[in-house]
Amino acid sequence: MTALPPPPAVRDGSPERPEGPGRPAGGALRRLLRATPTQVGLYLAALGAVIYASYAGANGMGYNWQWYAVPRYLYRIGSHGIRPGPLLIGLGTTIAISAVSFLLALVLGLGLALLRLSGLVVGRALALGLVEVLRNVPLLVLVYIFYFVLGPVFGWSRLTASIAVLAAFHSVLVSEIIRGGIASVARGQWEAAASIGMSRGQAYRYIVLPQALRIMLPPLTGEAISLIKSSAIVSVIGVAELTTTGRDIVSDTYMSFEIWFTVAALYLVLTVLLSFAAGRLEARLKQEG
Amino acid sequence: MTHSPGKPVIRARSLNKYYGDFHALKDVSLDVGEGERLVICGPSGSGKSTLIRCFNALEFHQSGTLSVGGIEVHEDSREIIRLRQEVGMVFQQFNLFPHLTVLENLTIGPTKVLKVPQAEAEAAARLYLGRVHIPDQADKYPHQLSGGQQQRVAIARSLCMKSRVILFDEPTSALDPEMINEVLDVMVELADTGMTMVVVTHEMGFARKVADRVVFMAEGEILEIDTPESFFRNPKTARGRDFLDKILQH
Repeated sequence: MTALPPPPAVRDGSPERPEGPGRPAGGALRRLLRATPTQVGLYLAALGAVIYASYAGANGMGYNWQWYAVPRYLYRIGSHGIRPGPLLIGLGTTIAISAVSFLLALVLGLGLALLRLSGLVVGRALALGLVEVLRNVPLLVLVYIFYFVLGPVFGWSRLTASIAVLAAFHSVLVSEIIRGGIASVARGQWEAAASIGMSRGQAYRYIVLPQALRIMLPPLTGEAISLIKSSAIVSVIGVAELTTTGRDIVSDTYMSFEIWFTVAALYLVLTVLLSFAAGRLEARLKQEG
Repeated sequence: MTHSPGKPVIRARSLNKYYGDFHALKDVSLDVGEGERLVICGPSGSGKSTLIRCFNALEFHQSGTLSVGGIEVHEDSREIIRLRQEVGMVFQQFNLFPHLTVLENLTIGPTKVLKVPQAEAEAAARLYLGRVHIPDQADKYPHQLSGGQQQRVAIARSLCMKSRVILFDEPTSALDPEMINEVLDVMVELADTGMTMVVVTHEMGFARKVADRVVFMAEGEILEIDTPESFFRNPKTARGRDFLDKILQH
């Protein structure tokens, strides 16, 4: 007689139910709503301790808090109504750089993945070489190479160079994610596509990639968030995105605590919103079956 | 009644196939006539599936010649896509496309491969869903259907491609027993329409009812080709007798 496997663990007394049409919310929000008072209490206590420690520390070194001066760097009220301040303009640039780089990284990553999955020996070698180089050189060095070496060669601006370097760097992990997604689609799907007369390209486009996309969505979201964060590094070549703007303001005003906290909060809002949106999309795809 | 096969749609001569050192097909020669219903049986590992997978170029033989629907099948052929449009296949594991609805499963081949207009493809798909007795499941996703229903959708998917030949690779082996008959019934009805069918199966009742000829394979070789009556009553080889004893015991 064989022993039965233990039943799946049940958390908080409420059994995990599969996602149904009535439960579209993302996992993070649901976990938040299900938190016990003890968990909320602990979280608030930890947060309070951090805030208290930084205030106490700042006061200890005689830091002059000027939170009242921060809003004018976020927005300005003038004769033309409310206009975004430098920090929000910087945030806009960060979003634009990240969005364009990520789209490019998706295209490059798909190309790399298909090359590595292809039967072409030269294509596989080329893709593998690129992957190894991009993966094993520090991002900061790549930024310098793209700006100071490739930039002059191809006549790239700072903005173009930074988009190119972010796209190239992240295309490697994107290609791994895509490769994994494609590999996870059952072999029978390829055969079924072939048996109705589809070419390899049609099988990829109509059958395999749409299925792989569902598997790839969570790690791709993670990669998009990581790209937003690593986009801060292009401040070293002076692209006027959020981090550069923050640094410029700090050097003008010496409000390092307030501005860096604000910059961090803006990044946080952006990434949290993105992962929430991805969670919704995932739930919707899951419902479709 | 023995069906007199028309001119051969599939013509295999001395096919040999190896997986590494394993000799999967040994000198297999076989003709399948237009409109013929052929059942291939034999113990597992005897090369039945490999043989029909060669027929639509999911696998390639290493020596011998194979022509299907007038197209020579070999690895470098530029006509493999066209060949597969002529030859449909129903898999043991159904292999429906899980991200598409039943209707989309049936129309994606005709619209994307054969370039049939969407409305026409949908009308045909609904017709064939009726033929396999699930007219009202068109908008569901495959995972919402039972195994028997999924396999009938898979049969309809082949029909939608207007294939000349449909290959069945153990179509009922992955089904719960109570669903086997609904699939076999559809296959019997399909046979009555004159479709050319090559069926790998252990369902001897089905073979007796519809097969024109039964092919018995063991260890990569064709040992017998005979009418079902004669094969079931009086198998000519010891292997054949042994096989029938085992599967007809109950």
